[in-house]
Amino acid sequence: MFETLTEKLDNIFKKLRGRGRLDEEQVNEALREIRMALLEADVNFKVVKDFIEDVRKKAVGQEILDSIAPGQQVVKIVYDRLVELMGGTTSFIRFGNRIPAPIMLVGLQGSGKTTTAIKLALHLAKQQKRVAVTSVDVYRPAAREQLIQLGRSSGVYVVEVEGGQDPVGMSERAVFEARRRGYEVLILDTAGRLHIDNDMMEELKRIKDAIHPAEILFVADAMTGQEAVNVAARFDELLAIDGVIMTKLDGDARGGAALSLRAVIDKPIKFVGVGEKTDALEVFHPERMASRILGMGDIVSLVEKAQAHVDEKKARELEQKIRKQEFTLEDYREQLLQIRKMGSLRELLGMIPGFGRIKAMGNLDLDERELVKITAIIDSMTRKERLNYHIIDGERRRRIAKGSGTTVQDVNRVLRSYEELRKMMKKLSTKEGKKALKRHKFPF
Amino acid sequence: MNFLKGDLIGKFKKGLAKTREILFTDLDELIFGQKEIDEKSFEELEEALIRADIGPSFTEGILKQLKDKKQTGPLSELIKIRMKEILSPRECPLIIPDHIVPFVVMVVGVNGTGKTTTIGKLAYGFKEQGLSVLLVAADTFRAAAIEQLIEWGNRAKAPVIRQKANADPAAVVFDGLNSALASHTRVVLIDTAGRLHTKVNLMEELKKIKRVISKVVPGAPHEVLLVMDATTGQNGLAQAKMFHEAIGVTGIALTKLDGTAKGGILVRIAYELSIPIRFIGVGEDIDDLKPFSAEDFVEALFTKPGES
Repeated sequence: MFETLTEKLDNIFKKLRGRGRLDEEQVNEALREIRMALLEADVNFKVVKDFIEDVRKKAVGQEILDSIAPGQQVVKIVYDRLVELMGGTTSFIRFGNRIPAPIMLVGLQGSGKTTTAIKLALHLAKQQKRVAVTSVDVYRPAAREQLIQLGRSSGVYVVEVEGGQDPVGMSERAVFEARRRGYEVLILDTAGRLHIDNDMMEELKRIKDAIHPAEILFVADAMTGQEAVNVAARFDELLAIDGVIMTKLDGDARGGAALSLRAVIDKPIKFVGVGEKTDALEVFHPERMASRILGMGDIVSLVEKAQAHVDEKKARELEQKIRKQEFTLEDYREQLLQIRKMGSLRELLGMIPGFGRIKAMGNLDLDERELVKITAIIDSMTRKERLNYHIIDGERRRRIAKGSGTTVQDVNRVLRSYEELRKMMKKLSTKEGKKALKRHKFPF
Repeated sequence: MNFLKGDLIGKFKKGLAKTREILFTDLDELIFGQKEIDEKSFEELEEALIRADIGPSFTEGILKQLKDKKQTGPLSELIKIRMKEILSPRECPLIIPDHIVPFVVMVVGVNGTGKTTTIGKLAYGFKEQGLSVLLVAADTFRAAAIEQLIEWGNRAKAPVIRQKANADPAAVVFDGLNSALASHTRVVLIDTAGRLHTKVNLMEELKKIKRVISKVVPGAPHEVLLVMDATTGQNGLAQAKMFHEAIGVTGIALTKLDGTAKGGILVRIAYELSIPIRFIGVGEDIDDLKPFSAEDFVEALFTKPGES
């Protein structure tokens, strides 16, 4: 269904790679497709225009025509420019020297300010900062209650300002209260508002003038379309924001808005929200983002994710089993469960370099439901069967199919893929296999 | 909070007027009154459509169709006709039939699109039609989502069935529907937690909720309403597709059209999926939810600024 930017660029560059040398016409064709892909990823129209012109200038030169591998060179030019666009280096929060350092979160309705306030507080608390949060959203029903509940469940102190419906006065009192209680940082959650609502925008300005925040961060939804830049530009124009927090990046949005914002308002993206849990806030890495967009994979994030979820002891046990060729169906099931814990398959595979091509080969079934099915089939086996798959004859297969609500064909398929896996592992444990591993050339 | 400010149509027009300005500052000069379609006007039109979030490939497709037909006349007229062709079949208001009691509406969507607010507005609208309404707080995940729904219930004068935070949403739904059956309530609006369409386990949870609904009230839910944010870009299509695949969406509400976002993704969704478009949200007040009209949507999008 949804052809991602990654897959598209992969296809384009595969074409380029096959050609050896490029002429202007070929470059134009590739650029046209890159343009479409970037637009499909919601990168702003004007940003794409500039981007394409820029890459064209670099690509249609002598430089590229004379090189041996022009396709790869185009990839590199595109990648470098993307990284540059998104900021080049990672940014952090500046606190200034006032106590508390007020940090103001602003943005449209539903972009995720309240959740982000708590995530940011916990993130900063890890850096040994004493952080409090407060809500000055007097408009959305139960907005303040939401922050109070989140604070309570995550152990973040919430300054509750009594009385009044005036966000400006409330902000001032919250800063005062946070100072009295000895907090070093106070994160202000403001009400979501439209950038064209002058009264509401003016209110933000008055809060800013009253408390002089150390940082004003614009919270933006990663799924936003072409309007992202206009909205951010308006907030920036009025408030001079210091940076952006991009939320909901755990979905399948290509995050074109991230690219656009950075290019148009020239303010860094400081953090990204990557999940619903309160610890799902990460520092923004432009290189990773560019790699992910270009299909070169986000292997760093994948490794980090694996480390966070895979039990090291279990992993070592597994290694032993593979060496001794004792990998049973029970271990197979255990592995599948581990994978499921890490997140959606689609998301994980998206992080692996060249994934787009693997998928095109069609021998890898990505369906999550397939995973559930396999687990169900293995669950329906007896322990004896799991430890020794050779005993699973036709009769047993029929029973397993019935027990797992699948068909005998399904059971056969699972057993076949398990056998394949065992064969691969056998190869790995031979001398050549070990050598190949060392050279990072996997035999499969 | 002041609600019932009135002048709904005016606000709607104000919202869409911004859309018009954006479309026509780029387009108007070049296209109006032009007799033939040339390359340059195509490019201008392409830009305007893409900037309205209609999407590059879809825009290309539409423009190619027009080109192939070799029609003459103002380009904006041709495109307007095409858009109406696409959107009109989706214009299908949500009507509560007398014989279905309770009429169960399950409201779903990604995080932050305005599900709870939309439910508040819907409750108000149905009450205005003289129907009894019950709200079910099945978003037990997000902090204070229940309190938010209760506040909307107070405003619309509709009772809210709730349990504790983090309760099983399916259990809340079970309670809510039984209560509706006992009280012969006409309309039940079920608020679910926002979820990204890529989260498999959360989509499974929605399926479970739906199963429970149909067990308690056979034939229900009678409407699965997907709430989408007008500022959403091309990801909106993936959202609609995956929610539809998982639980069968029967209606779409597009919120936040009072900003500068144009909601162009709706045209692409209308083209690719046959899901009725029920409502548009044009403001924060309780009466700011309007039935979707393809004619108005397209007309407003393609009227010269200052005309309307």
